[in-house]
Amino acid sequence: MAKITMTVNGRQVSGTCDDRTLLVHFIRENLGLTGTHVGCDTTQCGACVVHIDGQSVKSCSILAAQAAGSSVTTIEGLASNGELHPVQAAFKTHHGLQCGFCTPGMVMAAVDMIRRHGSSLDEATVRTELEGNICRCTGYHNIVQAILAAAAETGGVRQAAE
Amino acid sequence: MGVEGIGARVARKEDKRFLTGKGRYTDDMVVPGMKYAAFVRSPHAHATIRSIDVASAKAMPGVIDVLDGKQLLADGIGNLICGWMIHSKDGSPMRMGAWRPLADKTVRYVGDAVAIVVADSVAEARDAAEAVVIDYETLPVVTDLVEALGEGQPQIHPEAPGNLIFDWEIGDAGATDQAIAAAAHVTELKIVNNRLSPNAMEPRATLGIYDAGDDHFTCYTTSQNPHLARLVMSAFYNVAPENKLRVIAPDVGGGFGSKIFIYPEEIVCLWASKRTGVPVKWTADRTEAFLTDAHGRDHVSTVKMAFDSSNRITALKVDTIANLGAYMSLFSSCVPTYLYATLLSGQYAIPAIHANVRTVYTNTAPVDAYRGAGRPEATYLLERTMETAARELGLSPAELRRINFIRSFPHQTPVIMNYDAGDYEASLTAAMKTVDWDGFAARKAEAEGRGMKRGIGMSCYIEACGLAPSAAVGSLGAGVGLWESAEVRVNAVGTIEVMTGSHSHGQGHETTFAQVVAERFGVPIDSVNIVHGDTDKVQMGMGTYGSRSGAVGMSAVFKALDKVEAKAKKIAAHLMEADESDIVIENGALKVAGTDREVPWSQVALASYTAHNLPPGMEPGLKEGAFYDPSNFTFPAGCYICEVEVDPETGQTKIVQFVAADDFGNIINPLIVEGQVHGGLAQGIGQALLEGVHYDKSGQLLTASYMDYAMPRADDLPSFKVTTSNTPCPSNPLGVKGCGEAGAIGSPPALINAITDAIGNNELTMPATPQKVWAAARAIS
Repeated sequence: MAKITMTVNGRQVSGTCDDRTLLVHFIRENLGLTGTHVGCDTTQCGACVVHIDGQSVKSCSILAAQAAGSSVTTIEGLASNGELHPVQAAFKTHHGLQCGFCTPGMVMAAVDMIRRHGSSLDEATVRTELEGNICRCTGYHNIVQAILAAAAETGGVRQAAE
Repeated sequence: MGVEGIGARVARKEDKRFLTGKGRYTDDMVVPGMKYAAFVRSPHAHATIRSIDVASAKAMPGVIDVLDGKQLLADGIGNLICGWMIHSKDGSPMRMGAWRPLADKTVRYVGDAVAIVVADSVAEARDAAEAVVIDYETLPVVTDLVEALGEGQPQIHPEAPGNLIFDWEIGDAGATDQAIAAAAHVTELKIVNNRLSPNAMEPRATLGIYDAGDDHFTCYTTSQNPHLARLVMSAFYNVAPENKLRVIAPDVGGGFGSKIFIYPEEIVCLWASKRTGVPVKWTADRTEAFLTDAHGRDHVSTVKMAFDSSNRITALKVDTIANLGAYMSLFSSCVPTYLYATLLSGQYAIPAIHANVRTVYTNTAPVDAYRGAGRPEATYLLERTMETAARELGLSPAELRRINFIRSFPHQTPVIMNYDAGDYEASLTAAMKTVDWDGFAARKAEAEGRGMKRGIGMSCYIEACGLAPSAAVGSLGAGVGLWESAEVRVNAVGTIEVMTGSHSHGQGHETTFAQVVAERFGVPIDSVNIVHGDTDKVQMGMGTYGSRSGAVGMSAVFKALDKVEAKAKKIAAHLMEADESDIVIENGALKVAGTDREVPWSQVALASYTAHNLPPGMEPGLKEGAFYDPSNFTFPAGCYICEVEVDPETGQTKIVQFVAADDFGNIINPLIVEGQVHGGLAQGIGQALLEGVHYDKSGQLLTASYMDYAMPRADDLPSFKVTTSNTPCPSNPLGVKGCGEAGAIGSPPALINAITDAIGNNELTMPATPQKVWAAARAIS
């Protein structure tokens, strides 16, 4: 058994789990944060994407013990003070979700994508970088639109601030 | 239309919870004392079970119990059934083999459930499942649908000699053969419709809870139709009587048909909960989903289409074999019959049609409805044939279709359907304009200069949705009626709850159903809650599939709103001492027309509950229910055009443009309708370019993970151009037709027509992988 301490959504948490427990299961079962989903067994679908120390990671591809001491952000930690994060808001405005199952992973991947590319993000790059996130409902059309809109908005804001 | 009423482009109410991780799916459910299940599944495609030894598994850490099919049988749990009776053309009923929820004697496909392990954790349950020792005697295997009908093939069910389930026909064989014999031209084609895996992103899951105190069961499940699940589990599987069984389908992560059916796992987990005394949760992993979720399509057909000297179609003759897998799933029999052959007239006036359909058992996963269900198979067959005929006749594909379009309504086809409204010319024109059809030749020439082959292809589809008039489907063999129910409860403060038997698993009902209420009463959609997916909250319902929620589910809401409105107007008239016929509802108030007298909606609601001053004899309260049984199917139709560029060196196909021009009737929320079309297109394009389920000769599934089954990714797809040209549906009060399946129905033939146009070789099967396209292009050059 492994005793693990990490920071999740700004709060320090501890838990005990099997050595073989994946981070996604630690998040879902030990912490009860069920927004992070499991859609496959082979690290293809991306429904489990979280941020570890600011970078998007598939939480099914890492043991919980490997994330000990890290700062993890899950979908539950993205909105602040009841206000949707701009990427969440863009997904809503552009109807970038239907059943909602892939959505947490999509949003977390998109936030990291925009952080890396800023407002220069273009459609081809978004589509290439979504290779690791599968959606069966939307045909990706509105997800791409939402990410581009959020990139333009938040990237623009950042440039104005600079 | 108000800002949130019918036709408004409203962002979805339900999005916030999904975007913030607060969605509640079945696997998210946790109840006190809950334990976890793993299923022991057959590794063989066909075998008899000689013995099952659970001793070592039971001794594993954390294991509570291991239960098998003999115990399930002893406890009286019934066989899984197919709920739609089809008779062969000789009058004999379909030959349904027994499907045990846990196989006790014979396994018939890889993944067939044999035993269940209940343990303290998922990992311990899986460890123990590995330790169950089953002695199998393997039997010969057949996976191919054509081979399964051949001489000397393995016999899969004793009830179905030669693996033939039924041999069914529709239409007039004599008239069709005569017309073909007299034709000026006959186009003949062999059509293969590839087998698909639905792949809702949320794997199936269930949580069975037995309450010994009340002898009551609760079943959380990933279902598109929880009431139907309760009905079937009570009436046929003997799990529990309906009043002792609550079925809850909470947030469900996509369905696409695969979550219509009642699978072994729901039944077994409920039963296991009673046997073990603990709540039992099971969640499929993706490989289990590939192995056991009902697959889609898998048809092989031959077609003959006859033309007269004016290029008018005179007859269509179709012979189809459909693979139903190892067992007959819930609606498997109606998919290749009444949902398929009844659409073979397409958008065309065809005087004579005959279709013969044989369904077969094979040692593969059950096959049932998958997005479109029969209609994609009909559309692919017809639109590949039309394109081929146009090439053979030297006509443009648009011209051949125009010559044959149905142009007056209602139109009775030779295969049951009575089309009520449509304008196929309008969709065709809109699609051709959007894609810039006239500019294609120049684009092709430009591509040629770069060594690329451009092609363009179209597909004019029609589907029958709004399933379905109960008496009509009853006469065709359905075991249930296909009406829908609704209840509108106005609270004392004027907020509204709508209970619907429809179920949303991505379609956005919480928004669109609320828009219908907002339109009626002028209340904001935030004051309207849509309640669905719980048999304790909603009395009855038939669920969501076949693009029926708008046409049937919303129509039931509409009818209930009529009753609420009538009562509210009576109360308002009484309060204002006016005549009830003078009361109108505007901007959230009930007014006396032509005056400034009004009472707010909330005050009428409150008055109905205080009951201090109601019209004489009126019951208190403001709550009404309705059942809506449609009088006809609805007939969404449209034209899809695809333009591709094929690299002849690699066989890689790039979709340059994809245009969808649909006629969905009236539209409640264009934002959501467009999203439905996008998703359907992606699934259809997936079928045409990427996806295919493959079994090897021994019945092992070769495509059992996302590393082997090619799901469409974002960079496989273009941005879509979607447009609508709508004719209202005359048969339901909202004039809606349904939009959930169109994209998946119309797109595959457009894509294959485009690729075959590009490479100049009509011989190409789905999925059109680069290897196949490369070979087909080389074969012609």
